[in-house]
Amino acid sequence: MSGNSFVLKGRKVVGGVAEGEALVTRQTISGWGGINPMLGTITETRHELRGQSFKDKILVFPGAKGSSAWSAVFHMTRLSGTAPKAMLFTEMTTKIALGAVVMRVPSITDFDRNPLDLIETGDWVKVDADRGIVEVRKAALRTGS
Amino acid sequence: MNLTDQERAMLDGQDGKARQKAMELLVRYGEALGAERLIATDNIAGVPGSSNPFLQKYYHQHGGGSYDAIFSFFDLDSDELVEVPKAAAHTCHLQGGYDPDNWQTLGATPENFKISQESEAFIAGRGVQILKTCTPYLAGNVPARGEHCAWMESSAVVYCNSVIGARTNTEGRESTSAAMLTGKIPDWGFHRDEYRFGSHLIEVDVEIESVMDWGMLGYFVGDAVQERIPVLTGGFGGADLIRHKHFGAAAASSGGVEMYHIVGITPEAPSLTAAFGERKPVQIIRYGLSERRHTYDNLNSKARDSQVDYVMLGCPHYSLDQIRDACRMLEGRRVSANCKLWIFTSRAVKAVSDAQGLSKQLRDAGAVLLTDTCSSISQAVPPGTKVAALDSAKQTHYLPAIMNIQAWFGSTQDCINAAATGRWNGVAP
Repeated sequence: MSGNSFVLKGRKVVGGVAEGEALVTRQTISGWGGINPMLGTITETRHELRGQSFKDKILVFPGAKGSSAWSAVFHMTRLSGTAPKAMLFTEMTTKIALGAVVMRVPSITDFDRNPLDLIETGDWVKVDADRGIVEVRKAALRTGS
Repeated sequence: MNLTDQERAMLDGQDGKARQKAMELLVRYGEALGAERLIATDNIAGVPGSSNPFLQKYYHQHGGGSYDAIFSFFDLDSDELVEVPKAAAHTCHLQGGYDPDNWQTLGATPENFKISQESEAFIAGRGVQILKTCTPYLAGNVPARGEHCAWMESSAVVYCNSVIGARTNTEGRESTSAAMLTGKIPDWGFHRDEYRFGSHLIEVDVEIESVMDWGMLGYFVGDAVQERIPVLTGGFGGADLIRHKHFGAAAASSGGVEMYHIVGITPEAPSLTAAFGERKPVQIIRYGLSERRHTYDNLNSKARDSQVDYVMLGCPHYSLDQIRDACRMLEGRRVSANCKLWIFTSRAVKAVSDAQGLSKQLRDAGAVLLTDTCSSISQAVPPGTKVAALDSAKQTHYLPAIMNIQAWFGSTQDCINAAATGRWNGVAP
């Protein structure tokens, strides 16, 4: 891989393959009281992604916080068609593990390098969770080349 | 994962289709966590089979709409419809649905109340105890120290780990429903000794005495440590159930605290060394007068108007003692014509309140004692509410955002005064 792309390695949480545009936040995300599962948007008052949609994105974030209804609320995003395409996260908790399982989206954690330092919103990301591999193509360089 | 022969047999379907699907989900979940095995549990607190209009409609279109369908496809995340058998382990239902005696007060439509009644009947038929409370430990489910549990509800989880010394992660709806049918849960996190030691030292330099003091400290600590494990030292007065309940609920809403230690008070912290084990604190944080003031101001930052329309007490659900205290504070007074006072508790505590005559005292004073839910969960406040007053840091964290209203935070006495006068006169500590 050359200058405008790179690879991260991690551990499979939920298997599968997906690719799409990254949506990145350094803030954890709440399920109940934090998102609207019907719209796939972040609703928490003080969240930096408030009003933004994670539908069909590769969601890159530290992980889950808040109510124990996290998995059930994100489970509803799958039913309403607003789930992200994949999840890359850095802090393992029971909330996000169960949430990833019932959303059935490819998910990876335990990376060799911190995805929050390297991936930016808008980057193109290919996730192969079965092999624990993430390929990232930088957005800025992609449009510049 | 390493499964026992019994678990393997269940996964192979020897105990029926539903338990097989439940085991499949637990294995997927355990592998996602990186757990090596499952552990037996006979104490589960969840929301099995509970329904809402979205799930009703969705599973009516996809799967026939029976309660078996909701449980199969949603609770167990199964692709096959299974018939839900009796619970294999002691399981209770946490808060949810509507107070069967006051559903109209809560603004439920007859249709939504019917849905909640039907899902309750379904799950009661599967042997689930209908406690309908966020405080199962006040309604008959008190685990023993060291007991492995599978609980939802962040305020109950933190109480279970910290105050009782039982062991649970913050489970979710699907994992508790799967545990209900199998008596198993992944052996990860708080089930394991090494996970339960402290991470942050909180040195408390002010006296922590009233319920409000404990609630504010909890709110501060949760914000400071987020999902980690705080160890507190300092002068703590009256460390009773009510104070722990408010502290833990607050710490689990401003942050994600699932366990805390108070040196000399909580069961796994006889000493500072016992609380930290081999670990060194990653950070030492002080809580003094200025931190307390900042926390109070932070909690009250969403309120401007001193005219109060609604006072809500009972987050987490009130204990019998708290209901008695509220009655005493209301003695010789009445709830103002411009204000409503709703107090939330469990059905079990309400039954005793009825027997004690406390429910009648509240009614006579113009207050309403409700069960099963709270304003945040049911998204129900009295019609026209613009400004609420609350004695719970947790409810203050959630309610203004959920209902788009203002909320004052203060002591129970401040709240009762507001209910009687229709005005907020809370005093900063």
